[in-house]
Amino acid sequence: MSAVQLVPINWYILLSAVLFTIGVLGVLFRRNAIIIFMCIEIMLNAVNLLLVAFSSYLSDGAGQVFVFFIMAVAAAEVAVGLAILIMIYRNNHSTDINVLNKLKW
Amino acid sequence: MINLVWLIPVLPLIGFLIIGLYGKKLSKNLVGVIACGTVLAAFIISAGLFFESLAAGAKPVTINLFSWIYAGNLNIPFSFLIDPLSIVFLLIITGVGFLIHLYSIGYMHDDEGFSRFFAYLNLFIFFMLLLVMGSNYLIMFVGWEGVGLCSYLLIGFWFKNTAYNNAARKAFVMNRIGDLGFLLGIILIYITFGSISYSEVFHSARGFASDQSVMTVITLLLFVGAIGKSAQIPLYTWLPDAMAGPTPVSALIHAATMVTAGIYMIARSNILFTLAPFTMEVVACVGIVTALFAATIGLAQNDIKKVLAYSTVSQLGYMFLALGLGYFTGAVFHVATHAFFKALLFLGAGSVIHAMSGEQDIRRMGGLKKALPITFFTFAVGTLAISGIPPFAGFFSKDEILAHAFAASPLLWFLGLLGSVMTAFYMFRLFYLTFFRDFRGTEKQKHHLHESPKTMTIPLMVLAGLSVVGGFMGVPESLGGGHALKAFLAPVFADSEMRSLPTELSAGTEYGLMAFAVIILVSVILFARNLYLNRAQLPAEEGEEITPLHKVVYNKYYVDEIYENVITKPINWISEQVYKVIDLRIVDSLVNFVGKTVNWSSATLRYIQAGNIGFYIFAMVLSIILILFLKSL
Repeated sequence: MSAVQLVPINWYILLSAVLFTIGVLGVLFRRNAIIIFMCIEIMLNAVNLLLVAFSSYLSDGAGQVFVFFIMAVAAAEVAVGLAILIMIYRNNHSTDINVLNKLKW
Repeated sequence: MINLVWLIPVLPLIGFLIIGLYGKKLSKNLVGVIACGTVLAAFIISAGLFFESLAAGAKPVTINLFSWIYAGNLNIPFSFLIDPLSIVFLLIITGVGFLIHLYSIGYMHDDEGFSRFFAYLNLFIFFMLLLVMGSNYLIMFVGWEGVGLCSYLLIGFWFKNTAYNNAARKAFVMNRIGDLGFLLGIILIYITFGSISYSEVFHSARGFASDQSVMTVITLLLFVGAIGKSAQIPLYTWLPDAMAGPTPVSALIHAATMVTAGIYMIARSNILFTLAPFTMEVVACVGIVTALFAATIGLAQNDIKKVLAYSTVSQLGYMFLALGLGYFTGAVFHVATHAFFKALLFLGAGSVIHAMSGEQDIRRMGGLKKALPITFFTFAVGTLAISGIPPFAGFFSKDEILAHAFAASPLLWFLGLLGSVMTAFYMFRLFYLTFFRDFRGTEKQKHHLHESPKTMTIPLMVLAGLSVVGGFMGVPESLGGGHALKAFLAPVFADSEMRSLPTELSAGTEYGLMAFAVIILVSVILFARNLYLNRAQLPAEEGEEITPLHKVVYNKYYVDEIYENVITKPINWISEQVYKVIDLRIVDSLVNFVGKTVNWSSATLRYIQAGNIGFYIFAMVLSIILILFLKSL
C-alpha cells in the first residue's frame, strides 16, 4: 500500500479537471499567443496527471507509457508552434491573435 | 466452304470500316474496287454454299459463332442458320448487290460523297446479310433495324436538301412503327416458347393445335413489322418518298432487298403463320388491296422513279398475297424474279436520268431509243418481264401466284389479274413515253444525251439476262418442268405444306388461266401502244385541267395529306405542349430552384467566416463538448 493511494482518486480527478478547465479558459480568453501556448501545455499536463493517477491506482503500466507519448508529442508541437509564432511576430510586430483576421469573406 | 460462312457478312463490314474511315484519302477507283470486291467475294462464298447444299441434299446447317447473350435462363448464341431459304436470299442479296455496286461506280462518279456512299452501301449489305443468316429472331431484328438505319442514311444521302431529309425521316419513323409490332411479337414468342431460336420455336410449334389465339396474336404482331418494312397499307407512303435517294439506292434497298425482308420473315416463320389461319387471311387481304391500290396510283404518275416505286409496292402486295394463300415458295420465287427485273428497271431509269442531266419527268423525255440503245433494250426486257409476258421471269412467278389465288377464290384471281393488267399498262405507258416518239426536253439536255459507261451498262445487261432466264428455275409441273426452286425450298416449308390445304388445279385449268392472262395482257399492251405511240397522247402538264378522278389518283388519294393532318399534326402539337409546359415550366424551374438555393445558402453562410480566431476556437470547444455529450447518451 503506497502513500499515494491513501488519497481517494476523486481528488486527482478533480484536480485534473480544474487544471484542464483553466487551460481551456485561458485558450479562449487570452489574447497573447504565447499565453495561449502555455495554456495548451496546462491542458496536456492535466491529462498526463490523470493518466498517471489511474495507472497507479489500477496498477496498469499502460497509462504511464501513454504519458511518455503525450510528452513527446507536446514537445514536438511546442517546437513547431513557437516557430510559427516567431514568423507571425516578424510579419505583424505583435503577438496579439486578434491581428490575424484577414482570412475572411 | 461452310467454314467460311462467317466471312459473308464480315467482308462487307470490313469494307464499310475501311471506306468509312479512310475513304476520303483513297482514290475513287480503290474505293470502288474495295466496295465491289467485298460483295463479290460474299457472292462467291454464297454460291459455294449453294452448290454444297445441293450436293448435301439441302440440309440446314447451324454455325455457332460465339456466345452472345447469357443471362440467367436466357441464352442466345450468335449463330447462323444456312438452309435453302437463307441461301436463296444470300444469292439474291450478294448477286444483285454486286451488280448495283458496280453500277454505282459509274453513276456516283461525279458526286463528292462518293466514298461515303459506298461505305453506307457496304454497311447495308452487312446488315441485310445478318438479317437473312441469323438463326434466331434477335439477330434478324438486329439486321432489321440496321437496314432501316442504312435506308435512312442513304435516302437522305444528299443531306443538304431539306425535302430529302424529311423523306429519310419519314421512312425511318414508319419503319419504327412496324418494328414495335415486330419486337412485341418476338417478346410474345419468347414468353410462349421459352426461346427465340428458330429451331426450338418451330420444333415446339409443331405441337400446337391450329387457330389458337396466342399464335394469331404473335403472327399479327410479326405481320405489323412486315407491313412497316415491306411498305404495305397503311405503312407504305415512305417508299415513294424514298425515291429522293440516289437511284442505285432505290434499286438495291427499295426494290431488291430491304423491302423483301418482311417476306423473308414470314417465309421463315411459315409454321407459325400456318397455325393461324386468320392472320393468313389478313395477310392475303392486305396484299391484294395494296397491290391494286398502288397499281392505280402508278397509272397517273409522271416521275419515272415514282412509277417504279408504286410498282414495287404493288408487286410486294402480290408477294404477300402468295404468303397469305400459303404458297410460300411462290412468294420467294416472286422475290427473286422481282429483284431481277425491278433492279433492272431502276438502274435503267437511273441511266436515263443520268443521260437527261437529272430530269425525271417523263413528259420531258421521249425518243431516247436512238441515244441510249443498250438502256432501251434492257428496259424493254425489264418491262416485258414485269408485265408477265412469257417466257420472261415475271410470267412464271406471277402466274403461279394467280393460279393459287384462283384455287382459293376466283374473286382473288380476278383482282390479281386486274392488278397485272394495270401493271402492264402503266409500265408500257412509261416505256413508250420515255423511249419513243420525239424528244420533248430542252436543247441543252438534248446535247448532253449519251449512253452510260460500261460500269453502268454491264449490270443492266446481266440483269436483263437474268430477267429472261430467271423464270426457268420455277417452271411449274403443268408446263413440263420440274419446279426446281420448289424442290430446293421444300424442306423449309415442309411443316406448312402438311397442314395447309393443298391447292390442286387440273392442268387444263392452269393452261386456261395462263392463256387467258397472256391474251389480256398482250391486248392491254397493244392498247397502251395505240394510246401513247400511234395516237401520240401525252400526260397532262402541271396546271392543266384534269378530271376530279384523275386528280385524286394523281395526288395519291391524298393519303399523305390525311396522315399529315390526322396523325402528324396532333402529335407535333402534343409534343409542343409538353415542351412548353412540362419541360420549360416544371422541369427547368425545378433545376433552377436547386441552383438558386445553393447560391442563397452560400451567400448567407459565408458570414460565419469572420476571421476572428477566438470565435473559431470557441466553436471548436463547443463542438467537442457537444460530441462528448451526445456520445454519453
